[in-house]
Amino acid sequence: MKRATTDHWLVRYLLIGVVLAFIVVFLAFPVFVILYEALKLGLQFYFSTLGEHQSRSAVRMTLLVALTVVPVNTLFGVCAAWAVTHFQFKGKALLISLIEIPLWVSPVIGGLVFALIFGRQGWLGPWLDDHGIQVMFAFPGIVLGTAFVTFPFVARGLIPLMQSQGSAEEQAALTLGANGWQLFWRVSFPKIKWGVLYGMILCNARAMGEFGAVSILAGTVDDKMTMPLQVEQYYLSMDQGLSKAFALASVLLLLSAVTLVVKIALEWRHLVPSARRLH
Amino acid sequence: MSVAVQNITKSFGAFPALYDVSLEVKTGELLALLGPSGSGKTTLLRIIAGLELPDSGLVSFAGEDVTDKSAYERKAGFVFQHYALFQHMNVFENIAFGLRVLPRRKRPNREAVTKRVGDLLQLIQLEGYEKRLPSQLSGGQRQRVALARALAIEPRVLLLDEPFGALDAKVRKDLRKWLRHFHERTHLTSLFVTHDQDEAFELADRVVVFNQGRIQQIGSPDDLRKNPQNDFVREFLEV
Ligand SMILES: Nc1ncnc2c1ncn2[C@@H]1O[C@H](COP(=O)(O)OP(=O)(O)OP(=O)(O)O)[C@@H](O)[C@H]1O
Ligand SMILES: [Mg+2]
Repeated sequence: MKRATTDHWLVRYLLIGVVLAFIVVFLAFPVFVILYEALKLGLQFYFSTLGEHQSRSAVRMTLLVALTVVPVNTLFGVCAAWAVTHFQFKGKALLISLIEIPLWVSPVIGGLVFALIFGRQGWLGPWLDDHGIQVMFAFPGIVLGTAFVTFPFVARGLIPLMQSQGSAEEQAALTLGANGWQLFWRVSFPKIKWGVLYGMILCNARAMGEFGAVSILAGTVDDKMTMPLQVEQYYLSMDQGLSKAFALASVLLLLSAVTLVVKIALEWRHLVPSARRLH
Repeated sequence: MSVAVQNITKSFGAFPALYDVSLEVKTGELLALLGPSGSGKTTLLRIIAGLELPDSGLVSFAGEDVTDKSAYERKAGFVFQHYALFQHMNVFENIAFGLRVLPRRKRPNREAVTKRVGDLLQLIQLEGYEKRLPSQLSGGQRQRVALARALAIEPRVLLLDEPFGALDAKVRKDLRKWLRHFHERTHLTSLFVTHDQDEAFELADRVVVFNQGRIQQIGSPDDLRKNPQNDFVREFLEV
């Protein structure tokens, strides 16, 4: 009975086969298609596409957005996780749920909400116009949309981590005369630093790939397009658009690969010392 | 330095953890707080250290009201029930922590820190263990490191929360003797929590018997044995 349900070779091969099939269909094949299509017209075409003004501006924009959003969300995530785990207050459970909202709603909705607030016809639109501040179709709007979509990533990983660690060490530090600043940097942060970095990596990956919210907030203004938007722009254009789209997409793919490598290195570094300690 | 609490009351929600508690630890005294599990011993210790705020009542150190001072201003030496060592720091850094967070003008230099930590390691008989992480120590060793860490800042009062609670009988006995010896040498005002009657009677100058957030009786071990004031004390001490 036990053999039949858990060990049967057929079950084993079937399950492994299903997983492999999924990986091939949803991961390996698309990656191959991207690289194939990107290089189909030759290396020269590939690099000249990447050298085009639009491509370069899109890469710059994406990096700039990630560079702004990731620190902001890291700060937010650490503050939120700290507040939730170290203080008792009413509505704490509600706050934790609120933090997760961007995971539940479509990014397009997030984008629309900001458009409703900051757009020309929006609540703050006229006031912003009067003061010459442009949010929609500009860098601030893109940052807002991306930040909205990615803001749970750091906090969500940290909250369970910090809850499981408790605050005994912090209390010990207090009785030893540490002030708030010393407490955080010397005691709390070392305990969570890998969790923070891990959250930053996830946040970064998601920020660079965000399309829905940003497509509403950035529109199709030249110079204000991130890579995913520019990929779509190329895709819709005539004149070898498909190959251009895939060329730029391959850069996005490369950035993801870098992120993935950093993440794996991190996990390895994080796991190996504790594994060593076990022996 | 003497430590006094006056009319301390503390509830968690509707649950009264401490009710009108007053006691004084005299300068140089070793006082034991003896009571069953859940009677509020840890809560009282945390209030004295400033880790918890009382609902009402006063805490004073050497006659000075410190009720409104935070834990980091009070700097009571606190040894936690479960040690609470800094897991990512080695033994040396754990003990040196209190010195490293001193304001710059009071902070000792490198040599002085090394010297002080070395002295403490000798005191707790753990020389050569500087580089170990807490996870690489036995329970008794961790307990001693926790003690050394608390002593490093030369606290004016030492608060010990079931310091030997999680240890086996033999180690318990040794550490108990060690603590008695340490106290006889330093006469550091100390308050220690236990639910072990033998421990309290062997170590302490005076014992406070505690139950359900109230003080039942305060007296010397002899006093308690000869004149238990109520049924609880009589039964708890089995006299
Ligand atoms: N943060 C808290 N929130 C709610 N109730 C608490 C809290 N801390 C303590 N209590 C309650 O207060 C009572 C006293 O707790 P305390 O930790 O002081 O007991 P204790 O005498 O130290 O017990 P033990 O010997 O088991 O350590 C217990 O009933 C406990 O459940
Ligand atoms: Mg306790």
